[in-house]
Formats: sequence, structure tokens, C-alpha cells
Amino acid sequence: MIYVVIVFLWTSILLYILLGGADFGAGIIELLTSKTNKPKTRKTMYKAIGPIWEANHMWLIIAIVILFVGFPKIYTTISVYLHIPLVCMLLGIIARGTAFVFRNYDAVKDDMQKIYTPIFVYSSLITPFFLGIIAASSVSGQIDPQASDFLSAYVFSWLNWFSVAVGIFTVSICGFLATIFIIGQTDNDGDRQHFVGKAKRTIFIVMFCGALVFIAAHVEQIPIVDWIFGDTPGLIAIIAASISLIFMWYALNKDQPISLRLLAGFQVTMILFAATYTHFPDIVLLKGGANLSLLTHQGQAKTIASLGYALLIGSIFILPALGYLIYIFQQKR
Amino acid sequence: MDDFLAARLQMAFSLGFHIIFACIGMVMPFFMSVAHFYWLKTKNVVYRDVTKAWSRGVAIFFATGAVSGTVLSFELGLLWPKFMEHAGPIFGMPFSLEGTAFFIEAIALGFYLYGWDKINAWFHWATGVVVGISGLLSGILVVAANSWMNSPSGFDYINGEYLNIDPIKAMFNDAWFSQALHMCIAAFVSTGFAVAGVHALMILRGRNVQFHHKAFKIAAIFGTVAACLQPLSGDISAKDIAKRQPEKLAAMEAHFHTERNAPLIIGGIPDTANSRVDYAIKIPGLLSFMATGDFNGEVKGLDQVPKEDRPPVAITHYAFQIMVGLGMAMVLISVLYFIALWKKKSWMESKWLMKLFVIAIPMGFIALEAGWTVTEVGRQPWIIRGIMRTADAVTPMPGIAYSFYLFTAVYISLSIIVSLLLYRQITMVGKLYDSTAKDSEL
Ligand code: HDD
Ligand code: HEM
Ligand code: HEM
Repeated sequence: MIYVVIVFLWTSILLYILLGGADFGAGIIELLTSKTNKPKTRKTMYKAIGPIWEANHMWLIIAIVILFVGFPKIYTTISVYLHIPLVCMLLGIIARGTAFVFRNYDAVKDDMQKIYTPIFVYSSLITPFFLGIIAASSVSGQIDPQASDFLSAYVFSWLNWFSVAVGIFTVSICGFLATIFIIGQTDNDGDRQHFVGKAKRTIFIVMFCGALVFIAAHVEQIPIVDWIFGDTPGLIAIIAASISLIFMWYALNKDQPISLRLLAGFQVTMILFAATYTHFPDIVLLKGGANLSLLTHQGQAKTIASLGYALLIGSIFILPALGYLIYIFQQKR
Repeated sequence: MDDFLAARLQMAFSLGFHIIFACIGMVMPFFMSVAHFYWLKTKNVVYRDVTKAWSRGVAIFFATGAVSGTVLSFELGLLWPKFMEHAGPIFGMPFSLEGTAFFIEAIALGFYLYGWDKINAWFHWATGVVVGISGLLSGILVVAANSWMNSPSGFDYINGEYLNIDPIKAMFNDAWFSQALHMCIAAFVSTGFAVAGVHALMILRGRNVQFHHKAFKIAAIFGTVAACLQPLSGDISAKDIAKRQPEKLAAMEAHFHTERNAPLIIGGIPDTANSRVDYAIKIPGLLSFMATGDFNGEVKGLDQVPKEDRPPVAITHYAFQIMVGLGMAMVLISVLYFIALWKKKSWMESKWLMKLFVIAIPMGFIALEAGWTVTEVGRQPWIIRGIMRTADAVTPMPGIAYSFYLFTAVYISLSIIVSLLLYRQITMVGKLYDSTAKDSEL
């Protein structure tokens, strides 16, 4: 059963990055779009995301619930030592979720929009940035349960070049996912060309940010190269992701929105796989090497069993309904 | 401010904020579904307009409820890591089921809000009902988690270790039923009265009267029926805690000395140092009757509880008085409303009944917050009753006061914006929703 639970945990994190990420990306793109194109971007995005944005963010909650029920030690360690970035991320989540709804549901469209919109776009940037920081910090080995002063316990646990670089990388991935997603939502050629051009530019940005991660890891002496290239499955995943970029370029030129989405999803999945595989089952690396592992820090057998059943039963209800929701709104755009 | 106090206040504010949105998210879908049902049956456009107007409001509340809930699921760990480390695996079952309920709710809401004229009309209607049912289920499930903190079960606590965990047993703990029942009814009371009151206000102002009359009636019937059931369920709760948490009952009632034929104390100023209540109205025997069903039954007082384990008396007592007082006031309004419905049709036209409903707008929500204060403060100093003290559960990170200020500021600004949005929705009814009005756009 523990493996069922772990698969659910991994999948919810992946789906949060993919669906939630595309959603955050929408705000990021709006931020980076020229004034004249803003309304167009916003309208296309809203049509695409409106019906499912609420569901997209449920994946985060599922992941958190799995953590605190099944792996309480891991949940509490992250909560204690990464308190500050978690609070920043939460503020982003609050600001973004509410601003999204406020700006679309305000009965009067007036100057208040000038307040909602910046809140929406900036929080779209902040939230994935801190999400990246949190993810990176949990594996960067800087969390120090022995630390005695405030700074080394609660600040340097996450404030380092590597975490910041991963934060930026996460933001770029979100932007990338959103541009790819939006191509399939456009309804005329001009728009499509516009977004294809944008997608090509974001691919370069993502690669640049990826390079930043490696440089930062080198500076911080985090052996990320060993992690990814020292181990066959990780290596294969990265190579597969790179090869699929070539197909992506082709699909971009040939205007095949569905294969584009599948390819983008594939690439992100491979990146997450490569990033997590080497460490499995450890997911929080502590200073001094006392790592927290999904296998040794799991809850008692009965807890894991009931959690597993709850997830399995839940997915019987959720997945078909979610699929149908997406299907309906893709059909009748 | 000291960090422990800040953590408690932050938790209380976050929950107090979330609960309002959660209740509305639980109950409004039912109101909508009724209006929607009448629209599909009678084809009277007013009902469609009401449904649409309400669904806008629900979208705003739902989003705010969802983000504040997301924050809560992190806050449990951010503020109370020691608690979650042990409690998570035990009381986690309802949370994992709740995940499913939320998810279904979010999906159904997607169908509902965006599905007008896109999907089959009755399927569309049914998705609205699903939103309501799954919302209610999630409410029941979280309350099951909370009630476990009041009445821990499903594990053996041996030498500081939590052994033989049984998550199912933990979920169906002793407090679960009475709390979940009382909570669900409270959600209907508070939302029903608030919504009915707002529409009553618009009727008094003579705006879009037909629209507001229909809306008022749906909300008022839900609210008033629930208000009359609430004292019955409250009585079940009271009998329940007399058995399971006598110290909480004692604090609610400011009942310092164990006695038979114990009086019910109304109002008054509890004086903890001298163990007495000044200036209170005392009804002999009634507390014994409420707690045990017998006027001569023995009710345990605070004197039976070691000093360091006593909950704060004053807050618990005042909060309880507020809840019951407002509850009774709403029962009274409900009775008047029923008389108006069945016997004195003329009262419906008169202003005073509508005015009463306007006055009652905040009552339900105040009673709701007061009730939670009773439950949560009355459990102190324990976070898990009898097992773990709140003070031992708090995060070691210093500086929580700043986080408290920050979140308080965020919640206050959100409340202001949501109120503004709601005000606009309501004043724009004529333009946006009421298709029978002259200035309609539709
Ligand atoms: C609209 C809101 C509302 C109203 C009118 C009432 N209550 Fe209530 N009460 C709640 C809303 C609430 C609540 C917020 O929902 C609580 C907090 C926890 C819970 O289970 O319900 C609660 C708790 C609560 C408790 C503590 C339960 C526990 O700790 O397990 C008792 C004994 C009562 N109530 C009793 C009453 C009585 C005798 C009422 C008579 C009119 C009453 N309540 C009206
Ligand atoms: C939504 C309605 C609720 C409200 C208004 C509420 C209110 C409060 C208040 C006032 C406190 C502070 C008590 C004190 O320190 O004196 C508190 C504490 C707390 N509540 Fe609740 N509560 C609610 C529901 C819940 C639920 C459903 C849970 C968990 C499943 C929960 C978990 C906690 C925890 C962990 C604390 C901190 C520890 C403590 O002070 O005991 N609460 N809440
Ligand atoms: C008595 C207390 C509570 C009740 C009755 C309650 C009920 C609800 C309901 C009905 C919703 C659906 C949102 C809506 O319709 O507006 C919701 C949302 C949520 N609640 Fe609460 N809740 C309570 C306390 C808590 C606590 C203590 C937590 C966290 C530990 C929590 C976590 C969440 C989350 C994560 C969501 C978002 C789900 C979504 O996106 O749909 N809630 N809550």
C-alpha cells in the first residue's frame, strides 16, 4: 500500500506542476505581454482556464494531505524549517486565487480592475517561485535541525543560490506550459502565430534558466550533475526530454496543438522524474546526512492502508468527472 | 506579543475567517438548486435570474473559501508541528476523504458555473446539487477531525507513544455526531438568515421587488426551519459534553461547584479568583436537567478539575451566552415568520417583519463564531484533550507575531474587498440579473 500512496503523492505533485503551472503561467505571460496584446491573452486564457482552475489547485491540497497523514515527520520538518517561504507561497496563493475571481466576477468593471490585475499577475509570479524554492530546499541539504540561531535554522535553510535558481526555473516552466497550452485555445491564425512565436522564445528562456540551476548548484557544491547523470534512469529521462524538444519544434511549426501539449507534459514529467529518482525514497535531505525517507518515515500500517484506500476510492470518482469536465469545455469552446 | 499567543490567535482568525466562506459554500448551492428547480419547472424567468445572481455570489465565496482552506492545511503544520506529527496519522482519515469531497465539489462547480446553455439542463441542475452535497460532506468530515481533538480515540497512548492507531475509529469518535449535526444546521441558519436579510433590505427599499421576494422566501424557509432545529441539536451537544468534557460544560456555565439540582446561569460576570458569578440570573435545577435529563442530577463543577487543567471561564461563558441568546432570538423570528406564512398573510406586507430579518443579518454568523469559541477555548489548555497541551504543540520558530500581523492584515483586506463585491452584486441586480425590470440588459 505504501507504494500506492507514494505514487499518488508523486502524481499529485506532477499534476499540480502541469495544471497549476499552466495556470500560474497564464498570469506570468500576461505580465510579459505588451499592452496591446494583453486583452487578447487574458481573454483566451480565461476561456481556457475558467472552468477548471479551481480543480487545478486541488492537487496541491491532495499532496499536502498525503504528506501530513502518511508522512507526518516529513510534513512537520518542512513546515518548521521552511516556514518563511511557505508563508510567502501561501500569501501568493491567497492573492492569486482571490484576484482571479474578483476580476472576473466583479459586477462593475471599473478602476478596481487596476488593483486586481497587478495583484493577479505578480502573485502568479511569486507563488511558483517560492514553490520552486521550497522544493529545492528540501533536497539541498541545508536544513539543519541542530542549528541554534534563527538565521541558520530558519533562513539559510532555504536562502541560497541553488534554491533561488530552482525558483526561477519553476517560474520559467510555468510560463512555458502556459504558452504551449494557449496555442490550442486560439481561434484565429494571427493569434496562433503570435503565441507560437512566444512559445519558441520561452523554450530558450527555460533552457537558460535550467543552465542557471546547474551553475548555482556548482556554486553551492550541490552534486546535481552526479544526481542526474550518475544514474541510468535519470540520464535516460533527461535525454528523452531533450530529444522530444526536437519534435516539439516541429510540432510548433506544423501547428499541432495536441501533440504540443503532450510533448510539454512529457518533458516536465521527465524533469521531475530525473530530479526525484536518484533520491528516492529520501525526499528531505538534512544537513549532516540524516535524511527523511518516504519508506522509513511512513505512518503506521493501518494509517497507510486507509489512506491508500481513500485515495483509490477517491480517484474512481474524481478522474472520470474531471476528464469529462475538460472534455466538455474543450469541445464547446 | 508572545509567540504562543500569536499562534493561537492566528489559528483562530484563520478558522474564523474560513468558516464563514465554508458555510456559505456549503449552503448556497442548495438555495440555488431550489431556485433553479423552479425555473426548470415553471419557466418563470425570475427564478432563473435569482439562480444566476446567486451563483455569481457563490463563485466569489467559493474561491475565498478555497484559498483560506488551502492556507489552513499548511497552517496546521506551520503553527502546530508537534501536534500534527502525532495527530496527522490518527485524525487524517477525514482529511483524506475530504480531499475527494473538495475535488468533486470543485469539478461540479466548474460544470455549474460555466455550463449554462452548454450541457443538458437537468444534468446542469444536478451538478449544482452535487456541489451542495459534497460541500456538506466536506464540512462533516472536517468537523470529525476537530471532534477528535475534543474526544480523542482510535489509538492507545502508552508512555508518550501513540500506538495501535485505528483511523476509522478515530473518525467516528464520541463527539463526532453531535458536533457535525450541530455544525450543519448552524451553516443553514447563518447563511439562511444572512441571505434572507439582505433580500429583505432590498424589498424594504422597493428595488426589483418580485426578484427579491422570490429569493427571500427560499432563503428564509431554509433559515427559519434550521433555526428551530438548532436548540434541539444544541441540547444533544450539551448532554454529550456533560459526559465527555464536563470541564467544558462547567466553563460554559461558569459552574464552579459540583452540585445536584444545579441552576442554569444566564449572564453575569464570572469571578474566577473567588469561584463565583456576580449579577447573574439563576434558574434552579435547569442545568441539571439540561445536562442529565433529571432536575436532581449531579453536574460536575470546575472544582473537580485541577487548576492547571481548567479552561478560561469568562470567554467560554460569554461566548456560550451569545450563541444561545442569538439562537433564541432567531427562533423567535422564525416563529413569527411561520405565523405570517400560515395564519396572518397580512404580516407579510408589513414592514416590521422584513425589518426583523434585516436586523438578523449578522446574528447567525455571530452565533457561529461564538459557538466555535465555546468549543475551542473550552478545550484549552489541551490541543488533544487529556493527551497533549496546546503549549507543547506550538512551533519552535520565533517571530510568529509578525506572521500573525501579516495574516490579519490580509484577512481584513480580503473581507473589505469581498464586502464591496457583494454590495455591488446586490445593487446591480436590476441591471445584471432582473430581466423583468425595465432597465434590464438581458
Ligand atoms: C448559527 C449558529 C448557532 C446557534 C444559533 C447555536 N449554535 Fe451551538 N454551536 C454552533 C453554532 C450555533 C457551532 C459554531 O456550530 C458549534 C461549534 C462547534 C460545533 O459543533 O458547533 C456550536 C457548539 C455548541 C456546543 C458545544 C459543542 C461541543 O463542544 O461539542 C453546545 C453545547 C451548543 N452549541 C449548544 C447550543 C444551544 C443549546 C443552542 C440554543 C439555541 C445553540 N447551540 C445555538
Ligand atoms: C471553523 C471553525 C473553527 C473555529 C472558528 C475555530 C476557532 C478556534 C479558536 C478560537 C482557537 C483558539 C483557542 C485558544 O487558543 O484559546 C482555535 C484553536 C485551534 N483549532 Fe479551532 N476552530 C474551528 C475549527 C477547527 C477545526 C475543524 C480544526 C481541525 C481539524 C481546528 C483546529 C484547531 C487547532 C489545531 C487549534 C490550535 C490549538 C488550540 O488552541 O487548541 N479548529 N480554533
Ligand atoms: C469547521 C470547520 C470547517 C468547515 C465546516 C469547513 C468546510 C469547508 C467547505 C464546505 C469548503 C468548500 C469551499 C467552499 O465551498 O467555499 C472548504 C474548503 C476548504 N477547507 Fe474547510 N472547513 C473547515 C475547516 C477547515 C480546516 C481546519 C482545514 C484545514 C486543515 C480546511 C481545509 C480546507 C481546504 C483545503 C479547502 C479548499 C477546498 C477547495 O478548493 O474546494 N477547512 N471547507
